[in-house]
Amino acid sequence: MKFLLVEDNHDLADAISSRMRLDGHVVDHAGNLDEATAFSEVGDYDLILLDIMLPDGDGRTFLKEHRASDLDTPVIVLTARSQVSDRIGSLDLGADDYVTKPFDHAELEARCRAVLRRKSGKSQTKVTLGGIVFDPVAGHLTVSGEMVTLRNRELRLLELFLSAPGQIFSKQKLVDRLFSYDDDVSENAVEVYVARLRKHLDNSDLEITTLRGLGYRLDHDS
Amino acid sequence: MTARPPVSGSLRNRLVLTLIGGAAVLTVLLFFTVRNYATQIAQQGQDNILGASAAAILDSASIRDGQIDVDIPYSAFSMLATPSDDCVFYAIYQDDVFLSGYKALVPERGASDRGGVYKTATFEGMEVRLVTVSRTLIGAEQRRQLHVVLAQTQDALSETLDQISRNAALLGVGFFSLAVLLSVWATSTTIGPLKRLADSVTRRGPQDLSPFAKPVPSEMVPLVSSLNSLMGRLDQSLGQSEDFIAEAAHRVRTPLATVRSYAEATLQRVDREENRNAVRSMIRAIDESSRAASQLLDHAMITFRADHLDRQTIDLGELVGELVTRLTPLAEMKDLELNLRAEKGVVCSGDPILIQNAVRNLIDNALKYSPSESSVDIVIAAEPRPHVCISDQGPGFPPDEVGKLAARFARGRNAEGTIGSGLGLTIAEDVATAHGGELTLSNLAGGGACVTLSF
Repeated sequence: MKFLLVEDNHDLADAISSRMRLDGHVVDHAGNLDEATAFSEVGDYDLILLDIMLPDGDGRTFLKEHRASDLDTPVIVLTARSQVSDRIGSLDLGADDYVTKPFDHAELEARCRAVLRRKSGKSQTKVTLGGIVFDPVAGHLTVSGEMVTLRNRELRLLELFLSAPGQIFSKQKLVDRLFSYDDDVSENAVEVYVARLRKHLDNSDLEITTLRGLGYRLDHDS
Repeated sequence: MTARPPVSGSLRNRLVLTLIGGAAVLTVLLFFTVRNYATQIAQQGQDNILGASAAAILDSASIRDGQIDVDIPYSAFSMLATPSDDCVFYAIYQDDVFLSGYKALVPERGASDRGGVYKTATFEGMEVRLVTVSRTLIGAEQRRQLHVVLAQTQDALSETLDQISRNAALLGVGFFSLAVLLSVWATSTTIGPLKRLADSVTRRGPQDLSPFAKPVPSEMVPLVSSLNSLMGRLDQSLGQSEDFIAEAAHRVRTPLATVRSYAEATLQRVDREENRNAVRSMIRAIDESSRAASQLLDHAMITFRADHLDRQTIDLGELVGELVTRLTPLAEMKDLELNLRAEKGVVCSGDPILIQNAVRNLIDNALKYSPSESSVDIVIAAEPRPHVCISDQGPGFPPDEVGKLAARFARGRNAEGTIGSGLGLTIAEDVATAHGGELTLSNLAGGGACVTLSF
């Protein structure tokens, strides 16, 4: 997906962008309101991540202008405040959702997916590979004409594999991606989800290979 | 609670007492003035009649054949008749020689043809008014000075005076009562604006720091302008501290967010087990600190708002519905289902921000302690009183700790390994108490915790 990140703190912007690029997303970074306006007029973004406190003004001003123009790119606000009233304020101004800093990227991704699903119901970019069509927003996987709705963790697992076919993912890495950091889960928990995903991919040309002692890999046999 | 200032007297009493005291002094003065004036007039009346009567006696005197002849006319005495049967005495002197009447009546010096001399004296043990008139009679080569002394007791006069005094006293009492009524009325109209100002200060909501705009009497302008400037300063300093908190939160949370994002990205690249564990602990510590900071702030805000509830009519279904939409992505991350079953139109009166915060904490808890791929059920019903019931399929509460978990920073034995500050249930219970409701914790028969927030 293509994101516009409006954030004046360059360290944070770098950190967020590099984390998101790991998931295969494209991130453009705007450091102030002027840049943000310029970017949003030109680029065709799936989602805008907007900081509220910016050097040349309040992010809410951008929100208002953004809503007044015809662009209906969804906006998720990044806020440092935790006061409920402030959160409600940014929602009233037309933000689609908000996350409080510091945030869990899995949560941000879940919120992005929820916002996009509310907006359009489906992704603009579907993944087509090895006989499957995968819609990461709706969570729909179509294998040889038959559609199933994936559970969230199955979806995230598939997304991860699809972002780098042929790459080996260790069990521990998969645990970190599927479970939150405060869950104490064993590596075996991953096996359950891999097994389910394998079942869904039965009739396709894709296969998840177990590499003993190393992890898993998505193979495309053609 | 604010301290009651020391009281020194009451403006109302002071004003009423001053006005009534003044009225009393005026009443006494009025009484004596009226009585005095009446005495003078009554005395004047008696004097006039006495004078006229004495003059009539003098007029009847003449010199005949060198002799003084006084024929006292009947009218001279009849005009002196009073209802009280006053006694009349007279004496007639020629020059200094007693001619007729009571010899004990001695003429006063100083009477002449032009007018008589009046005096109050005691005669035979009685208080009498006494007039001496004289006239020079001129006969054949003779000049005689004739003196007539006429005295009358004062029974009728004192009776009249008594009556006038009574009337004056009645008038005084009436005047005084009227003055008392007027001073009470004047006091309340004067105190009125002060009382209205005090009422409007009391009635204000906690957030209302706007200046007073209603017109006040000019004497109260200094008070109201200092009050307004105090409000202005308070508003400004509240605004400043709000900005300060926002700024502080921004400064603290932005670097934390940077660290967390980098840590997550690093975790993707690091392979060695001990390094991975270190990074994971780092992320957990960041989450713990930011969550604790949020909840401490929330708790402080709730303590503040609970003292001054901003009550509105709230549709519980609508409010919780918004929350469920907002929390669904979080639930999905664990493949949890959030089921909301709300009766239509369950309303309660309360502070929406507080209630939302309380319910959010309860749902957060349920999500945290639920095993994956289970469901969290939220039920809203109006009977027996409006309530929100949240149940999960997690481990439930340790039965012996159910009563203690709402205490500040208390956490269940089985909460180890889950990030939390121990404030969630405290916040929910504080909100329930502030609304006159309660928070009930229980365990479901089939396992899982059930929390009911009722209003």
